[in-house]
Amino acid sequence: MSDSFDFDGRAVPFDAGQSIGAALLAAGVASWRTTRRGARPRGLFCGIGVCFDCLVTVEDRPNQRACLVPARARLQVRSQDGTGRGALSV
Amino acid sequence: MARSPYDVVVVGAGPAGLAAGAAAARAGCTVAMLDAATEPGGQYWRHPPGRLDAVADLHHDLTTYRRLATVVRTSVDLLPGHHVWTVARRTDGFDVHAVRDDREDVVTGSAVILAPGAYDRQIPFPGWDLPGVLTAGGAQALIKGHQVRAGGRIAVGGTGPFLLSVAAGLGTRGFDVAGVFEANSPLGWMRHVPAVARIPGKVAEGLGYAATLARHRIGFHARHAIVAAHGDDRVRAVTVARLDPGWRVVPGSARTVACDTVAVGWGFVPQVELPLGLGCATRVDLDGSLVAVVDERQAGTVPGVFLAGEVCGVGGAALAVTEGEISGRAAAAWLGRTVDWPHRLRRRRRAHRTFAAAMHRAHPMPDGWQTWLEPTTVVCRCEEVTVAEVSEAVDRLGATDARTVKLLSRAGMGWCQGRMCAYATGSLSSASTGCPTDPRPLAERPVAVPVGLGVLARGGDD
Repeated sequence: MSDSFDFDGRAVPFDAGQSIGAALLAAGVASWRTTRRGARPRGLFCGIGVCFDCLVTVEDRPNQRACLVPARARLQVRSQDGTGRGALSV
Repeated sequence: MARSPYDVVVVGAGPAGLAAGAAAARAGCTVAMLDAATEPGGQYWRHPPGRLDAVADLHHDLTTYRRLATVVRTSVDLLPGHHVWTVARRTDGFDVHAVRDDREDVVTGSAVILAPGAYDRQIPFPGWDLPGVLTAGGAQALIKGHQVRAGGRIAVGGTGPFLLSVAAGLGTRGFDVAGVFEANSPLGWMRHVPAVARIPGKVAEGLGYAATLARHRIGFHARHAIVAAHGDDRVRAVTVARLDPGWRVVPGSARTVACDTVAVGWGFVPQVELPLGLGCATRVDLDGSLVAVVDERQAGTVPGVFLAGEVCGVGGAALAVTEGEISGRAAAAWLGRTVDWPHRLRRRRRAHRTFAAAMHRAHPMPDGWQTWLEPTTVVCRCEEVTVAEVSEAVDRLGATDARTVKLLSRAGMGWCQGRMCAYATGSLSSASTGCPTDPRPLAERPVAVPVGLGVLARGGDD
């Protein structure tokens, strides 16, 4: 019986010890952000916290590395666009 | 932090760090060990928390891991989840600054042993920024650390024996591996038979991978490379091609291979940020990597700083363990403890360094990969800087070195601070300017990991 977190309104199951990024990949989600300049989709690349491609918004905090943040039950995970700080735009 | 200051602070809990901490503790030192991960083991012995047995079949030499981890758990203060962002010299030692969750911990030691490890070296190719393209180390981390099977069909490419380990692990875990595409020829090893023969374990490991690939019917394609990835929202196929010895595509050899996942790696990049920040001298190793200079006792050029593992030259886990054992003893001796110096340690280090030199010579990086690129190919993934923009920095804006290319094009100025693209930016710059690349200016990162200003404003240890 595995727990799950919320990704853009969808329940994503995970096993204990898995990162958010690993659980998303296992659920068939390949990308969860778009880039600032070209709005290109990005997901996991280095998988070990070095490349910062897998940035995601966790509990309203943008730019968290999905490959490092451990999945926890009921976390609110959101895909992010650009800097992830669109709410600050004027 | 009840016991800070410590005699020795070890940064990194991979093969080198674990061996260093265990050796220093056995010599009577108080030792703290900081690592970013939640479990010790580093990338090499990566495993899900508390569940090493579940991935034991993907690992090598777990006897050594268990022996070292037992010593560390009983006689070292292991501090997991600590991302070290800088190490500062004091008059009587060192302050190791780490971020854990949202606060800073400062751990003080009379000596430091730096064992930060390495990550996959990458070169760009058209489509390498598509989701589904992973580093080889990332693909392995998913199966070793998270027990995740991502995607259905995976192509493995690049150069170096690590690709065999990754492909064998993927095959063992039931992946449909579309093939291993090794840009160099295994015949390159034939010139180094004496270096290989001194380490029978490496031969056995290689034969084991070959047997695993054969069992899972995974094709090994020497002198081939994944030269492009295709897809819209994720990779759907790759172009593979035969290469000449300079890594130019042999005309007419390109073919399309369907896959939804790609794993690529071209050797490794040692993490030299912390030694550079401390002022340690560096050199360029045989594989082109910037590495720390160490003496016979793994001492860096700054008194009290010892280094072990890939940061001293990429050479694999067995060399890292040996260097760790030497560095732990050396730090203890520097602090006035009496230590033994078994002759086997230096003999083993010499053998493994000779093997590493053979490996680097058998897996060179000729610059023909630059001919695979298109003007629109992304070089810097973070800032989305293209090949055309890197060329423009040289051809139109007059940059004459890689650092100026970086400043003019923004290649290497994003989140990862050039960790993914420094090699490519340097290579492309020197190809355009005709001047050899000094890797050091692109490797200096005074803040080694992201740290929030709020974290710093709140102050250090409390």
